[in-house]
Amino acid sequence: MTNIDVLEDKKDKLIAKRYSKEKRFILFGRLAISLTIIFLTILLGSIVLRGISGFTTTTITFDVNLDKKLIDPESTNDKKIISSARWRKITRDSIYNVLNEINLVMNGEVLSKAEQKSLVRLFSRSSEYQIKDIVMDDLSLIGKTINVTLPAASEVDQFLKGRIDQSLPEDDRPLNNIQISWIKHMVDNDMINRTFNSNLFTKGDSRNAEEAGILGALMGSFFALLICLLISFPLGVMASVYLEEFAPKNRLTDVIEVNINNLAAVPSIVFGLLGLAIFLNVFNLPRSSPLAGGLVLALMTLPTIIISSRAAIKAVPPSIREAAMGLGASKMQSVTHHVLPLAMPGMLTGTIIGLAQALGETAPLLMMGMVAFIVDVPQSITDPATVLPAQIFLWSDQPERGFEEKTAAAIMVLLGFLLTMNALAVFLRNKFERKW
Amino acid sequence: MFDISLYFIFLLGLSSYYIGKNRAKKNINLITETGGLESHYGMYLVIWTILPAFIFYLIWSVISNYLIKEATLGSIPNDLLPNNLSMQKLFLDSIIVVAKGGSSLSKVPEISVAFYQNFAFYSTLGKSISTISISLISFFIFYKKIDSNVRAKNFLERIILVFLFISSIIAIMTTVGIILSLIVETTKFFQDVTIFEYFFGLLWSPQMALREGQVAAEGSFGAVPVFAGTFLITIIAMALAGPVGLFSAIYLSEYASKNTRKIVKPTIEVLAGVPTVVYGFFAALVVGPFIRRTSESFGLASSSESALAAGLVMGIMIIPFISSLSDDVINSVPQSLREASFGVGATKSETIKKVIIPAALPGIVAAFMLAISRAIGETMIVVMAAGLSAKLTANPLDSVTTVTVQIVTLLVGDHEFDSTKTMAAFALGMTLFAITLILNIYAIRVVKKYREKYD
Amino acid sequence: MIKEQTKLDIDNVDVFYGKKQAIFNVDLEIKKNQVTAFIGPSGCGKSTLLRCFNRMNDLIDICKVSGSILLDSVNILDKKLDLVRLRTKVGMVFQKPNPFPKSIYDNVAYGPKIHGLCEDISELDEVVEKSLKSAGLWNEVKDRLNEPGTGISGGQQQRLCIARAIATNPDVILMDEPCSALDPIATARVEELMQELKKNYTIIVVTHNMQQAARVSEKTAFFHLGHLIEFGNTEEIFTSPNEIKTQDYITGRFG
Repeated sequence: MTNIDVLEDKKDKLIAKRYSKEKRFILFGRLAISLTIIFLTILLGSIVLRGISGFTTTTITFDVNLDKKLIDPESTNDKKIISSARWRKITRDSIYNVLNEINLVMNGEVLSKAEQKSLVRLFSRSSEYQIKDIVMDDLSLIGKTINVTLPAASEVDQFLKGRIDQSLPEDDRPLNNIQISWIKHMVDNDMINRTFNSNLFTKGDSRNAEEAGILGALMGSFFALLICLLISFPLGVMASVYLEEFAPKNRLTDVIEVNINNLAAVPSIVFGLLGLAIFLNVFNLPRSSPLAGGLVLALMTLPTIIISSRAAIKAVPPSIREAAMGLGASKMQSVTHHVLPLAMPGMLTGTIIGLAQALGETAPLLMMGMVAFIVDVPQSITDPATVLPAQIFLWSDQPERGFEEKTAAAIMVLLGFLLTMNALAVFLRNKFERKW
Repeated sequence: MFDISLYFIFLLGLSSYYIGKNRAKKNINLITETGGLESHYGMYLVIWTILPAFIFYLIWSVISNYLIKEATLGSIPNDLLPNNLSMQKLFLDSIIVVAKGGSSLSKVPEISVAFYQNFAFYSTLGKSISTISISLISFFIFYKKIDSNVRAKNFLERIILVFLFISSIIAIMTTVGIILSLIVETTKFFQDVTIFEYFFGLLWSPQMALREGQVAAEGSFGAVPVFAGTFLITIIAMALAGPVGLFSAIYLSEYASKNTRKIVKPTIEVLAGVPTVVYGFFAALVVGPFIRRTSESFGLASSSESALAAGLVMGIMIIPFISSLSDDVINSVPQSLREASFGVGATKSETIKKVIIPAALPGIVAAFMLAISRAIGETMIVVMAAGLSAKLTANPLDSVTTVTVQIVTLLVGDHEFDSTKTMAAFALGMTLFAITLILNIYAIRVVKKYREKYD
Repeated sequence: MIKEQTKLDIDNVDVFYGKKQAIFNVDLEIKKNQVTAFIGPSGCGKSTLLRCFNRMNDLIDICKVSGSILLDSVNILDKKLDLVRLRTKVGMVFQKPNPFPKSIYDNVAYGPKIHGLCEDISELDEVVEKSLKSAGLWNEVKDRLNEPGTGISGGQQQRLCIARAIATNPDVILMDEPCSALDPIATARVEELMQELKKNYTIIVVTHNMQQAARVSEKTAFFHLGHLIEFGNTEEIFTSPNEIKTQDYITGRFG
């Protein structure tokens, strides 16, 4: 009679060894999982840490003296004359006066040229245009002194966010000692404030970090996705209906299937080359336009939509088709009346996922000229435009510190959109999922 | 572009639906005939009213668009015609701009402008008249035809089927388009640079200044360093993603409890949904500087655009790819094999190593090949985090360049389209396409066979 | 006649799948070197009980087993019990032949290899040959040991699985409807094999086929809806069952 707990010594050792191997193996598995999750955390964490401050910005509130002599000495009220006034001088004079406002400089004391330059650098380069715009909107302001709140220069913003290392030698940092002391005084006097960065969502691109926004890129992405959806969804659905329901089993069908599977795995940049050679150089579509970009994205998204739509059609049980055909419906009627409506949620889910991929795509659009410095917000599908990921790419290349947080903030916006789209897809799937 | 004839046929088409329906109501006893419903006859007439006219309209547009350019070019007085082909194209463009009422900097001959305007006027007139007439004629012919001999439903279904078929052909047309556009430029490239130099040359320096009149081949187009860089980064990426992805998949499918799986799997898949430009940003601004600081603290010289940074981040990007593909494969190994192995007293890890992995091997290999193909074709990470200069090195801390980086740098910005530089980008694209195609087709085939085996 | 020794003593066993109870309070003694057959309509829990004997049910998360099953006086339901050792002692043959996608040789050698039962290759060769011979397969496959185990006929595959199970030298062999996927000739071979094997092993076989149970087993247990209805010598069960249900089932009135 053998007792299974009483085995020879040798076997015990062997089994112990096997169990330690087992433990090691599990450890590797846990390690792999934790490593992946750590990577994800670092990736998202580093972006949020950098980007969250990009949603706020620093403004300076100060008095601007709208000297009638400098703007419209002859009281013409002619917008043409006013628009070509010496706005830079008006702005600068008011800026030079800022230090008087906070009693940092005695009345009448004149700043040196170097000090003037340092002071002006604290304000956004766009200040003069913004002041001009304010006046152009309300000509009655001419001759008055108005209190305005304008964005500070990006360096001031970065300094207040603690991104400028004060321990560096003066020459190596973007702000010198006197500028820093002025900033501190202005903060003490409530002239400098931190507010929500509305420029980020209401403006196009700019060379000045404090002025740059993603509205142009968002519109570009919207137009490109619209084109992509309008083309790839109907084509994808029709192609999948053909392949699942009507295609005869022959060589051509096989070739189409292999093709679709393979297209799904072709590097995106190759689609960019296709777009460049065919859409831009043969069809002469406008370069940098959402139209051309959207077409390339449509070709890229098509396989994804076809594959998921086919899965959705396949999931509709044959009994439904048989029931329809048993009542005398034609094959086409059974498909359009029964199979398509039942498969539609699955097809929509696949389409949303495909669009989310297209929204994050950059490489092929580089080839289509959709990475360019474009200030104006595009109004139509043929205007030159850039897309959100391309904007991120452009900004990430800017040496100016202020762009780093803008880049990360733009990434957060992009991820937000992707998250919403994927959540919508999951919602659709869960809501309409049917078990047959 | 949208002229009156299109509106006309659209309106006629709309009304023909009701006209067709009415005629069917009058002429056909729909209860005894099986030709279809009234609405089918309506649609039948709509299609015949619109489709032939519209196709005719498109063909006329394409042909006249081509003819008008050729003819206008012929109308330019000889002494004004530039002899360079691309200059001719530019000149023609400015004539067209002027003819459409714009202004152009260069002086254009009046006679050609007038010629173009005339041509355009008569062409559009002819197009409109014939489109409208075709639409009307076809409307009347098929209006008369509506009787019980016409099977409108069958006709409609056949038309729909044709459209369905055309949609599914788009995939083939895309592939053909890719191959054509790559081949055309690549053949041009190999007229300037020998195939031997491209595949075996050790120096890649297309940025070499090409002054006017200089022979194009003087830029150096030996692609070996570019391939080597791509290879190095791919190896680094796979060295990270291979084991991590595979072990994650094994752990999730064989060990993890249902709840762990429910949470961890979607978490890993988040990585797959992150756009590559975000990985690029991460590589360039976080991982790159970190690696440089770390290696410098060990006294190692490191480039801020090291192959290691780009490779590791690419590896992170590929982890979910490998793990979800392997997960599928491992899950499709039949449960009976696991039971058999447990039945003779094997531990889980023994079962995995000796039974499941060998059984799933073809599928896992295919997953790895798809992952490699993705790594080779990945663009944004390397554009943002890898270097531009083509160096032949195996040092992961050094900066290397890749095929995709070169394609982007050669094509982004203002270039003359037919220079050797731009054609070189297409040659690289062709190489990339060929390699990934082989990997993909092989992998897809293996996966398909594998599925058939166990399904 | 040798006195019948008890190999497995099943006492008060309940099995739950989540909230659903699959086995109700079963008491049973399996005797050494005999074939015991479990019969009953499908879904009666006979396979579930069988899978308790080598704790195969542990693979199913929601499955809970209570009570005690003593194998040579050791409770195999003990949480601390080493499953690896248990399964070397209690081998199993499954409903559908499931050879590994490896060579015939490797299929049989798999168990001895992972358990380190053999010192060297020649010893392993011997074990493989012995097991294949015991499974009556040796003559058919001795020339193609390196061919894949999935390439032989279904009946041969099932005998290969039996050879694989006995290669680790178990005490008990569990057979879960081993012939349900086989043709009559292959079935006859496997049944003959059981008669051979019971000299050295204790065999428990789950079967749908009552003739088979009658042919091969000494003892028969009849289950219905998770309850053990009747257990006794096969002859008695088939000729004069005590319970009406058993009689109805055996005579084909239900099931």
